[in-house]
Amino acid sequence: MHNRPQHFHAQAETALANAELRANFRGAMDYLRDKRKTAFADADEERTIRDRAEAIRQRCLSKLPELLEQLESNCIANGIRVHWAENADQANAIFTDIIQSHGGTLAVKGKSMVSEEIELNHAMEKEGITCLESDMGEYIVQLGQETPSHIIMPAIHKNKRQVAELFTEHVPGFQHTLDVDTLIQTGRNVLREKYRTADVGVSGVNFAVAETGTLCLVENEGNGRMCTTVPEVHIAITGIEKVVEFLADVPPLFSALTRSATGQLVTTYFNMISGPRKENELDGPKEVHLVLLDNGRSQAFADEEMRKTLQCIRCGACMNHCPVYTRIGGHAYGTVYPGPIGKIISPHLMGLEATQDLPTASSLCGACGEVCPVRIPIPELLQRLRHEAKQDPKPGTAPMRGQKAAASNAEAFVWRSFALITSRPVLYRMLTWCATRFRRLIPNKLGPWTRCRTAPKPAARTLRELMAERNK
Amino acid sequence: MSTARTAILDRLRRVNARPLPVKNPDYPIWTSTDREDMLVRLTELLEQNHAEVTRLPRAGLVAALRERVSGAGLKRLATGTGGEFFEEITQALQGTAEQLCFDQPLEQWKDELFNHVDAGITGCHGAIAATGSLVLWPGPAEPRTLSLVPPCHIAILKASTLHANLPAMMTEQGWGRGMPTNLLLVSGPSKTADIQQTLAYGAHGPKELVVLILEDA
Ligand code: SF4
Repeated sequence: MHNRPQHFHAQAETALANAELRANFRGAMDYLRDKRKTAFADADEERTIRDRAEAIRQRCLSKLPELLEQLESNCIANGIRVHWAENADQANAIFTDIIQSHGGTLAVKGKSMVSEEIELNHAMEKEGITCLESDMGEYIVQLGQETPSHIIMPAIHKNKRQVAELFTEHVPGFQHTLDVDTLIQTGRNVLREKYRTADVGVSGVNFAVAETGTLCLVENEGNGRMCTTVPEVHIAITGIEKVVEFLADVPPLFSALTRSATGQLVTTYFNMISGPRKENELDGPKEVHLVLLDNGRSQAFADEEMRKTLQCIRCGACMNHCPVYTRIGGHAYGTVYPGPIGKIISPHLMGLEATQDLPTASSLCGACGEVCPVRIPIPELLQRLRHEAKQDPKPGTAPMRGQKAAASNAEAFVWRSFALITSRPVLYRMLTWCATRFRRLIPNKLGPWTRCRTAPKPAARTLRELMAERNK
Repeated sequence: MSTARTAILDRLRRVNARPLPVKNPDYPIWTSTDREDMLVRLTELLEQNHAEVTRLPRAGLVAALRERVSGAGLKRLATGTGGEFFEEITQALQGTAEQLCFDQPLEQWKDELFNHVDAGITGCHGAIAATGSLVLWPGPAEPRTLSLVPPCHIAILKASTLHANLPAMMTEQGWGRGMPTNLLLVSGPSKTADIQQTLAYGAHGPKELVVLILEDA
């Protein structure tokens, strides 16, 4: 039932036809944009904080292999066990090993898009391990057997009536209500029981600090703290790009993140984890594991321009400001990361065969690039990916996964003919003469082009002819 | 998975990315050296985030705690086993409410802490005025879950430990040289806006955050 990027066009059409969904997204996006605008009321401040955030991310990426090694050795020194995974299968195998070695059957999970990327919940289910989402939005989405439709607010596509319906169906003893406080209390009660009894807690990572071997987690709800504090084992998973060099790199990124994401000066909790419970401590996990996942990121890293994709701090501002995302919502993309960031990261994670339509789903209006706190040139990258999807790689560079997957002979033929015609004056004049004289012969239906447009009609005379007439 | 490690690092190395020097362009950040300024900002921001803040002299701590505890009808309170305010806390709770000292591993009284405790009391390591955040540095005397599991968290802060902003506090205290197992910024009670962008408090952790600021300490 889950959407796939291969069916993007059909999914987008279905989404567009769903009035309730569009209203939910419209409301949510307006809200988030307003909040961000207030948080960055001062344009100068916005500019300088973006300068700083961009500089930090670029510097840290420029030293990525060294920083990963430094992170690893400092984590180990702190008592954190570090694992590396090339892809989803390897990452899931690591999770299975750890959880089963403790005889665990229930894991509670804080919000982590990387764990969505490896489809952790499904993989664990196959091993007989229940993996319960504990972020309120994720919990709702999981109840409905859906996937998150936004990277910050996973259940943004649902309104409270729809949430109440889900609870009525799935939460025993729930008395139907549209009161949001009561709805949250309902979730709270279910989930608190799970934190208490879970064997393992799973989380993502917002920033991993190489200098000190520290994992930073940004959240408002406290479920992240619950998952990383109460169960005896904590497993954190992150993409390899999330590492930063110094602890001092964290405050500016944290500020850029919260203000861009939800317009907050700061989140309720900022949790810095640098190791398991010590001998004399009375709580906190007895084991902390860190899983470092590549899953296509090193492909993006290899190309200097595409490397900028990895600067992303997952604030979601690009999707909040994207006219396409606002109208079709997150699910239509069929990828873990929707919207502008999804369009530039997914081709690396899943290959261009599967994702070739995504880079074309943009008006290139530039809004995403304009709000991105780390200044990822998203529109340029979209154009670059469009190119890679159709053409051979630049000489001397390695092909992308799925390079040229969208190449079409017909299209190539059209472009070659266009080049031929426009570079030969005689041919060009002949053709435009024909086009103007026989313009009535051009059909009204021109395939997909005329599905929502009227067919173009050439003028009666070419501009050249008109000018010649005038200058006579 | 050491083969994965080698393969990933090899691929990254082969790119030969040129390491960029540390260049940190300045950005404006709220700052002040005036204690009162900082206190006002901290209080305002905490209150905006739904915390309840009281400023008082240290000598008034016992009375304030007592009033707060009986006023809100809190019956069973979890506390640490030490820390700077342990004696005052113990004194305040005597005859007011039942004190449960966190003196055994969490596993041994998880159920009780989750289901039968009304509030947890902790001290603060410091606070940050710029963002209205308390800094908690849990340890054996005041474990992590004290500020997380009970539905109400009472935090005691000495005004003298207030810093203007996070980078200032990190540098002054040399956090980069080594970190405790867990360090936390807390800027309000637990909250969520996940259902139709409607703000609700007490999503998972404390529904209430009570901050007592000792102005002369
Ligand atoms: S690409 Fe930029 S705007 Fe989009 S989520 Fe990443 S950091 Fe935020």
